[in-house]
Amino acid sequence: MIAVENIFKSFSGETVLSDVSVTFEKGKTNLIIGRSGSGKTVLMKSIVGLHDVDSGAIYFDGRDFVNMSFKEKQDLRKEMGMLFQGSALFDSLTVEENVIFPLQMFSDMSMEEKIERVNFCLNRVNLENVNKLLPAELSGGMKKRVAIARAIVQNPKYLFCDEPNSGLDPKTAIIIDDLISEITHEYHITTIVNTHDMNSVMEIGEKVVFIHEGFKCWEGTRDDVLSSSDRYLNDFVFASNLAKKIKDLQPKLKN
Amino acid sequence: MISNFGRYLILMYRVFSKPEKLRIYLRETIREIENLGLNSIGIVIIISVFIGAVITLQTRYNLESSWIPLYLIGLTARDTILLEFSSTMVGLILAGKVGSNIASEIGHMRITEQIDALEMMGINSASYLILPKIVATMFFNPFLTVISMVVGIFGGWLAAIVTGALSSADYIYGIQYWFIPFYVTYALVKTVVYAFIITSVSAFYGYYVQGGALEVGRSSTKGVVYSSILILLSDVILTQLMLA
Repeated sequence: MIAVENIFKSFSGETVLSDVSVTFEKGKTNLIIGRSGSGKTVLMKSIVGLHDVDSGAIYFDGRDFVNMSFKEKQDLRKEMGMLFQGSALFDSLTVEENVIFPLQMFSDMSMEEKIERVNFCLNRVNLENVNKLLPAELSGGMKKRVAIARAIVQNPKYLFCDEPNSGLDPKTAIIIDDLISEITHEYHITTIVNTHDMNSVMEIGEKVVFIHEGFKCWEGTRDDVLSSSDRYLNDFVFASNLAKKIKDLQPKLKN
Repeated sequence: MISNFGRYLILMYRVFSKPEKLRIYLRETIREIENLGLNSIGIVIIISVFIGAVITLQTRYNLESSWIPLYLIGLTARDTILLEFSSTMVGLILAGKVGSNIASEIGHMRITEQIDALEMMGINSASYLILPKIVATMFFNPFLTVISMVVGIFGGWLAAIVTGALSSADYIYGIQYWFIPFYVTYALVKTVVYAFIITSVSAFYGYYVQGGALEVGRSSTKGVVYSSILILLSDVILTQLMLA
């Protein structure tokens, strides 16, 4: 479980996060949703310590992350995996070298065991015969899957996914969403996903947190999202014509 | 300016903290020796040959007097190459070649979140990315300086022979005349200091870049400019400390 308490974050005097408090539950896919520029990525990067918060507290299963030393934060990060928006694969390394990288740095496994683990993770994300390819030779969806494989190679307790669907076609986006959800339940980890894709919300959002202009406006389940009375959430959820039509159809369908 | 210096010191503190796995760092250092050192041999040789030749020819045309013995041309070329050219001039050239390479490589990794990915794995990204580069250049650049010295003096001899500016015997006598071995030590000490400046300053500008491709280009330029200025400043300080 990850608990965020009253965090504030500003850049050059401009407040980006204001008094955000939220709990992300273990074994669930927790979604942070909101418009572009609402502060989702800053919130996620603050939780993992890539941005230092101005004030507030963050607890990973009761461990106070904000007040940890640099070394302690490094050690805790070995329990985390992260999927970045642009995949962030190392350009000059092959797929296999990318996935094996954290094991090379921290594991005492033999080389055979490491390769076995890499192949297991690549198979888990449904990738085969790509070990020797460079990231530049992969499609966007394949890159995301390699990045997921790299994120889970050390058996993380916490998985963070920043806009996992950005730049992907709807079908590939669903595959990636399903993969994240399956991994979360299979390994019983705490997963936080940043997204503005409503399809992801309805597919995998077991807990949904809505951020608007740096404030946490709403939280609930995916079932509550469509019936919420929060004005900003409704503006966000029903922004597209398709969503508006579905909303209009809902009473008729009930009748 | 002061805040940048503070950030630079903090970065260096992180760079010189204990490596996670020494074997990986050694492997990276060897890779950087090839990337930053061996790949610079070509440009060092080409520039040194021509500069050695130009120093010899210019000295010859400025010493027209029959009162001055011709072997002094060889001596002047040797001392110019040993004292200044092979360390400082080559340092400035490497600031352009190696410095821009380092700043753009690390800057690209920053804007594509690869540095964040390293941090998320629990790796000290500053140390992993920068320490092998610093060690590689501080270890290998003295070899480049020695190569430059030998090739530069050879270039001077070649120019003397081809143009007939002075005889081979005069030149060879000149480069052996009143040789002070400490000049080589002085040049090598300067080279090691310059290697640290080039690598750490360029890495600093790459590591803290924000934005996109344009900013990476700017950080690369800044890395080269500030490295060059600091090289010249440290040249004055080291000269005063070691030769005065």
